[in-house]
Amino acid sequence: MNVQNDMVPLLSVSDLHAYYGKSHVLNGVDMEIMPGEVVALLGRNGVGRSTTAKAIMGEVSPLGSIRFKGEEIAGFPNHRIARMGLGYVPESRDIFPTMTVRQNLMLGIKDMRRPGKWTIDQMLEMFPNLKRRADNPAGVLSGGEKQMLTMCRTLMGDPELIIIDEPTEGLAPLIVQQVGDMIAEIAKAGVSILLVEQKLSIALRIATKVYVMGHGEIVYAGTPADFATRDDVRKEWLEV
Amino acid sequence: METLVFALLNGVIYGLLLFMLSSGLTLIFSMMGVLNFAHASFYMLGAYFAYTVMGISNFWIALILAPILVGGIGMVVERYGLRQVHARGHVAELLFTFGLAYLIDEVVKIIWGRTAVDYQVPAALDFPLFTLYGAQYPAYRIFILVVAIFMLVALWYLLKKTRAGLIIQAALSHPHMVGHLGHNVPAIFMAVFGAGCALAALAGVIGGNYFITDPAMAVQMGPIVFVVVVVGGLGSLEGAFIAAMLIGLLQTSAISINASLADIFGFLGLSPDSEVGEITIASMGPMLPFLLLVVVLMVRPRGLMGDREV
Repeated sequence: MNVQNDMVPLLSVSDLHAYYGKSHVLNGVDMEIMPGEVVALLGRNGVGRSTTAKAIMGEVSPLGSIRFKGEEIAGFPNHRIARMGLGYVPESRDIFPTMTVRQNLMLGIKDMRRPGKWTIDQMLEMFPNLKRRADNPAGVLSGGEKQMLTMCRTLMGDPELIIIDEPTEGLAPLIVQQVGDMIAEIAKAGVSILLVEQKLSIALRIATKVYVMGHGEIVYAGTPADFATRDDVRKEWLEV
Repeated sequence: METLVFALLNGVIYGLLLFMLSSGLTLIFSMMGVLNFAHASFYMLGAYFAYTVMGISNFWIALILAPILVGGIGMVVERYGLRQVHARGHVAELLFTFGLAYLIDEVVKIIWGRTAVDYQVPAALDFPLFTLYGAQYPAYRIFILVVAIFMLVALWYLLKKTRAGLIIQAALSHPHMVGHLGHNVPAIFMAVFGAGCALAALAGVIGGNYFITDPAMAVQMGPIVFVVVVVGGLGSLEGAFIAAMLIGLLQTSAISINASLADIFGFLGLSPDSEVGEITIASMGPMLPFLLLVVVLMVRPRGLMGDREV
């Protein structure tokens, strides 16, 4: 990666608005993710974190500018966004329950003629939990295993940036730790991450930049070290 | 015994033809969420296209060309018709397919006329293949059986054993997620709609000369195909197969039973000379699929293998 590329944001969102019917959910979100960054998007329930992720991925109609690798992608169909190198792990996980773990991973590959840097076997070696269940239907996996499978499936498509929405939602504390480890592994492999998360411990362990959302807009942006000193931000925008 | 064997053979052939039609319909239902009222019209188009192609060339070319042409029309209908209407909800989609069925019916009448056309079994297959219990069995019926089984195996292999099939199955149940993995779901849906129409057309090519090719064939076949899909369970290919075979066997068996209601319910005092008593089981054959539909909807609304209620 050269210095010049580092200067161009991988993802740049500016003045992003989104609506659910008549309710104005995003009120002009601005954010930037540089190559190699792990960005945590924090905020209370209902402030628009997941909607931001959905608007970037085209699940919710976006108004405003979303640029990925310098190209405007707002309004692009989801498969085109994915093919540009933007992966998405939705909150709902959406595994294919009747297919085996191996088949789920295979569907993550965008083009069989151009395999990415991960192979199914490598992925299974990295995650023994999934390897043990490689030929079982994905529907029988535990919540944590499903979350791991969803992330691995997205990695099979070789994304440059992966948006992970609430990966630890509904998981037991021990599993939360494992999922956190896995996200750290993904980051180590050089994949940029936008992590939409409520659990501060996970987010701050991995993140290189922190955004806090409130009322459909970004209310704080800074480094984890700076964020650690900002009790005012935590009290006003995060504590229940 | 003789009657039973012939009824079974004919029932299996009819059932496989029904499955050929209903497999496409049930796949399209999984995709759209509504029944495609025009599906049997694509079956009719297949028969008419085959008749015309056979006039210019031969049956074998028609067997390949007619489904491809109808599949192409299906893809155009999906791309420029259904996809636009989809945004306006299920009622609009249902009305669109309803209108399309009438449109195709009228176009067929304008081009090929209101009466049946002389679409015949090809000479190469128009001979008795074997003799069973002293009766000759036509080779063309066995040809239908072979084509239908080939199609069944090919469809099963495609959907269950290939990556493309897995993507199709995943796209039917989780279209958004499949899109986020980089697969072009609108293109997949267009291909599925086209393939469903092509399968219906294939049934038309091989069924049009087995039955009769006239403008009423879609109206006659359409309701039975809906029964198959609903009885089998909306969206279930396995269910559609079981229901198609069940209805095929039920109808052909009923036609071959030489008995009246009086013969069955005579012990209750039903006279063979009464209006009800003289009704034959054979004449009740066409009613049986609809009776089955009503019963299934009352006792098991999600059908034999389906996972959603009608």
